[in-house]
Amino acid sequence: MVEHRPLTAFLTHLVLILGVFAIALPVWITFVASTHDELRMNQAPLPLWPGEYFLANMKQTLFGSGLSGTEQAPVWLMLLNSLAMALMISTGKIAISLLSAFAIVYFKFPFRMGFFWMIFITLMLPVEVRILPTFEVVANLGMLNSYWGLSIPLIASATATFMFRQVFLTVPDELLESARIDGAGPLRFFFDILLPLSRTNIAALFVILFIFGWNQYLWPLLITTDTSMTTIVMSIKQMLEAAEQSPQWNIIMTTALLAMIPPVFVVIAMQKLFVQGLTETDK
Amino acid sequence: MLKRVHFPTSALPYLLVAPQILITLVFFIWPASQAMYQSFLIEDAFGLGTEFVWFENFQILATDNHYLASFQRTAVFSLLVAALSMGFALILAGFAQRVVRGAMFYRTLLIWPYAVAPVLAGALWVFMFNPTLGIFPYFLEFAGITWNHYLSGNQAMALVILAAAWKQVAYNFLFYLAAMQSIPNSVIEAAAIDGAGPARRFWTIIFPLISPTTFFLLVINMVYAFFETFGIIHAVTQGGPGTSTTILVYKVFNDGFVGLDLGGSAAQSVVLMVLVIAMTVVQFRFVERKVAY
Repeated sequence: MVEHRPLTAFLTHLVLILGVFAIALPVWITFVASTHDELRMNQAPLPLWPGEYFLANMKQTLFGSGLSGTEQAPVWLMLLNSLAMALMISTGKIAISLLSAFAIVYFKFPFRMGFFWMIFITLMLPVEVRILPTFEVVANLGMLNSYWGLSIPLIASATATFMFRQVFLTVPDELLESARIDGAGPLRFFFDILLPLSRTNIAALFVILFIFGWNQYLWPLLITTDTSMTTIVMSIKQMLEAAEQSPQWNIIMTTALLAMIPPVFVVIAMQKLFVQGLTETDK
Repeated sequence: MLKRVHFPTSALPYLLVAPQILITLVFFIWPASQAMYQSFLIEDAFGLGTEFVWFENFQILATDNHYLASFQRTAVFSLLVAALSMGFALILAGFAQRVVRGAMFYRTLLIWPYAVAPVLAGALWVFMFNPTLGIFPYFLEFAGITWNHYLSGNQAMALVILAAAWKQVAYNFLFYLAAMQSIPNSVIEAAAIDGAGPARRFWTIIFPLISPTTFFLLVINMVYAFFETFGIIHAVTQGGPGTSTTILVYKVFNDGFVGLDLGGSAAQSVVLMVLVIAMTVVQFRFVERKVAY
């Protein structure tokens, strides 16, 4: 701050604290809802202060039979499905993007630019605009209701390929020259020099892609009909529908809390990598 | 593009790009071309035969009042989401930037909603605004407002805009704060010496200097509101009441998977693809200019 005036300093912090509260309010209300029993959650006005049923709700949500009157997989299984999907999408995207960026930057071969543009086009085709035909392809390949169907159609990535291309272009040419003099082949160079050099970029990208993968909604909704394959994020919608008959808001909101904790934890725990990944991939 | 020093031609680079290219061909290029082909077909009422009709599906869209209304609605929706979340983020970043110690602490407390899935954001807000139980309708009742987003189209629209904007504040805040922190301190100090107060400095120096960021965020927020808010709409209103929150992405899904109008849905997909391409081009041209600048 340029000048030191206690009043403006106070005002600054006041506005920021109010902002933090406004942003946190929806999650606070969710958390409060997960700490009361079903009876209390059906009386208006709803509580604004936590009750004492948090652990009981957690236990019933995670290992109980879920909402009464719905046929759902247990929540722990949905969390596992989400984790598997998020990890497959993020590692898959990183692996195939590293390989193709390496090929495009370090090799001269026919159709190099053609491949590059083909990857670039994927940037312009989000899953939302090509849902029906993509669904048909996955159905014809027999990939409905499988982890492969959940992840593979989403792992082609122009942004990740661009980012690694950018990273590889900043690696000094002398490194490759000396590696070649020492007799290293392309794969040796890739694994022993390029991969260690781009370690932080990989980690930053992983944070972003993990969140992206965990939060997928429309795609899993379309291709999973088997309840044992549902992910935690898509289960919320089914629960909201069921809430019209059996309003067990304590269970619904505990599930919502469980669904948002892993990605939010990743953002807060790896804030530096998250910010780096966000600013790098959107260039 | 290519390194000055590179490896000799062999089969290896083809093997390296193969996984990415294969997935792109099977899950991107083929479905997109299918969508384009289907947009030229009309299926008869019994699903027995299809007819190649050139641009008739697009002509139907161009004269379909529901579609045009949805287009207009999407424009209003995305502009309001962008304005609301960017305005809120700008205010917060403007204040956070003044804090010498603790700016990063506030950043931690403000950026986490980025990680909340859109459908969850929708669930949180629909719970807070539940007409019989929610906290907000309870307090709004005292102000003489009856809240029921299942009946009022405008209230439903307001709710999805709030939920969508809430989630996006984090992203906008992060970029605004970074942009403001990259302004050299000497510029701000010079203005202070000339007698400009904090508000004056913000509007005459900081705000104009971060205008590239504002433009960049506007494009990003429009893309977000157009394509990534499907989960919010699906959880909160299902496009209703009536069609008052049916934005374009929701309509593609609804007409294709629920209405089973393949040709019409495919034509809508093609229109959306053109929109994404236009937005991407705008974004890239802007980024090029920023690099030169």
